[in-house]
Amino acid sequence: MAQTWHAPGTSTPSRRGGAATAPGGNAFADGLWENLIVRPLLVFPDPPSDVARALEHTGHPFEIVDSLAAERHRRPDDGWSGGVLVIDTTVDEVMVFAANLRADLPEIPLLIVTPEACIDRLDGPPESFADFCVTPVRPVELALRLDRLVRPARDDGDDTDELIVYGPLMINPVTYQAMIDTEPLDLTYMEYELLKYFAQRPGRVCTREVLLGQVWGYEYYGGARTVDVHVRRLRAKLGEPHAGLISTVRSVGYRFGKAHWG
Amino acid sequence: MAAVEPHVDYVLQTVSERDVRLIRLWFTDVLGQLKSFAITPAELENAFADGMGFDGSAIDGFSRTVENDLLVQPDASTFELLPWTDRHSTEARMFCDVTELDGTPHPGDPRQVLRRHLDTASERGLSFLVGPEMEFFYFADDSDAAVPTPLDQGSYFDLTTSDITSELRKRTIQALEVMGIPVEYSFHEDSPSQHEIDLRHTDALSMADNVMTFRLMVREIALEAGVLATFMPKPLPEVQGSGMHIHLSLFDDDRNVFADPADPLQLSGTARSFVAGLLRHAAEITAVTNQLVNSYKRLVTGSEAPSFVTWARSNRSALVRVPPTRPGREESVRLEYRSPDPACNPYLTFSLLLAAGLRGVDEGYELPTRTDDDLSLSSAAELTARGIAPLPQSLAEALDVMESSELVREALGDHIFTWFLRNKWTEWSDYRAQVTPFELERYLQTW
Repeated sequence: MAQTWHAPGTSTPSRRGGAATAPGGNAFADGLWENLIVRPLLVFPDPPSDVARALEHTGHPFEIVDSLAAERHRRPDDGWSGGVLVIDTTVDEVMVFAANLRADLPEIPLLIVTPEACIDRLDGPPESFADFCVTPVRPVELALRLDRLVRPARDDGDDTDELIVYGPLMINPVTYQAMIDTEPLDLTYMEYELLKYFAQRPGRVCTREVLLGQVWGYEYYGGARTVDVHVRRLRAKLGEPHAGLISTVRSVGYRFGKAHWG
Repeated sequence: MAAVEPHVDYVLQTVSERDVRLIRLWFTDVLGQLKSFAITPAELENAFADGMGFDGSAIDGFSRTVENDLLVQPDASTFELLPWTDRHSTEARMFCDVTELDGTPHPGDPRQVLRRHLDTASERGLSFLVGPEMEFFYFADDSDAAVPTPLDQGSYFDLTTSDITSELRKRTIQALEVMGIPVEYSFHEDSPSQHEIDLRHTDALSMADNVMTFRLMVREIALEAGVLATFMPKPLPEVQGSGMHIHLSLFDDDRNVFADPADPLQLSGTARSFVAGLLRHAAEITAVTNQLVNSYKRLVTGSEAPSFVTWARSNRSALVRVPPTRPGREESVRLEYRSPDPACNPYLTFSLLLAAGLRGVDEGYELPTRTDDDLSLSSAAELTARGIAPLPQSLAEALDVMESSELVREALGDHIFTWFLRNKWTEWSDYRAQVTPFELERYLQTW
């Protein structure tokens, strides 16, 4: 028989490796990436090799600069998606760079990679940086934090059309397509709506009643149990490595993603 | 263009985004056979707007003398990509409702029979959830063999690591999960080459769709490996047949109406009347839950299949079992109805179980006493004295009882009721005309 079974994950290209360029030959991915304005991250200064490797692993394109002059010289026409500032030995050098950069680009979201010993020196006004990550960095954590840091460009202010990104999960509400680890998810409409609702509210506990009212919004044969059934199905479709994205909050409901940030 | 329903829009978008080449429209005939025809994406929008026409004359239960032009109306909420298509020719499927040309439900469509029952329950605030345990056999695909050839000699819960059937079962489960049909347990069953896959409970309509998908997938995956998978209830004479035990629960919103923590069995009054309804009408619905001549060869005394109308806590020969649940797990309190086999029409079977149970609730039926002993140790006379009735022992007996059942007629509607009886009586007379190897062996030389 000519049919071949397609086990999920077998034909995955490299993990998020194609972020800067759409993976070729995949109609789904072409459509999705069109809507994602992929701008590079700014990285200052030249990071130690473990941080560089972790950055590569996240799939975010990035450019390394070693000075403000270099930053201005390399700055893309549509700007940086964000900045990763790496404290290796001296805190001051990085903080001064950050302050100068923000004077020029007040909106740029910054993530500081720092040894734990330097955390107490990361004071300053809250807007001076958006997030930080302690070395040695875990690639998964860095990816998650960068995805949160770098929201896709808001082009027309229409929230519902915005690409939803959480860690390895990506949802394009325009085309109704969802991907995990660049692999398209095969969802029914209600599974898709539920996943989208969750992904728009990471870290928040959603009760069954709220989910039923907000996501379904009409009579359904399964009643309140419908939510449990769909969550179980979503977990199965997300696949074992990602099933934990939706956690059960006993006798309350469900939570998507991590409880707290940090 | 008018605003498209979000479900429909989702399907249209996905078909174009995922480059789906073929959309299979599925529906089910009265006997529970899956019917399918395929359309291209270009026809999809029309199919949603106006339905797709087909000639019902060749489909069991849809034919009528005058008018045979019918429509299928795809149910967008059931849209799924089929996992056995590769990236180059992606296919998808949707379940459909069958209607007349003017859009009214066709009385021969089992899916709409179930829908009607669930709508009625839903008006009372009730959702009917079911979870079937699907048993089946794998055999060598050799149609010339007189007796099917099992592919392994394993038995209950055996961990047979190397055999092909375990591999097939594993592949099937993966495919089911990908299609959003979660599996609760799976294991090697009692008999050689017999396997069981338990589907996690969901609302009865989705589950009936799931059972149809399940049967197709089990067979397709086996076929790819040159193996025959069968849901025939009793393929081998000496060993247990294949059943489809069905777990039932009834929820009012988030509350399990079968549960009562204060009761020693955790059973509510509603649950007791529901069981009483199942028991009282069991014989009447058996022709549907066990619709083949062969079905009755599974329902014999001494096997794990029920042959008497009884209920129990954990007695495996009982018709209705109340599986023990851990205290505090009220949501797990449920009933298990054990006579159906996997060759039944799931839409009609679920409809009748709900109708029989609710009849018990509405009429306040009294629950008979529990039967916890092994009935195979008692004589027929003893059982009659205890008021324990047998289930029908042949398709003919079952059809006889069904024929006089107002409950079944009302639950299935006149069209299906009449058609089913006529079709099955024909099956029975065909069977009666056979001279079996049993007879030849016993009588040919002797008489």
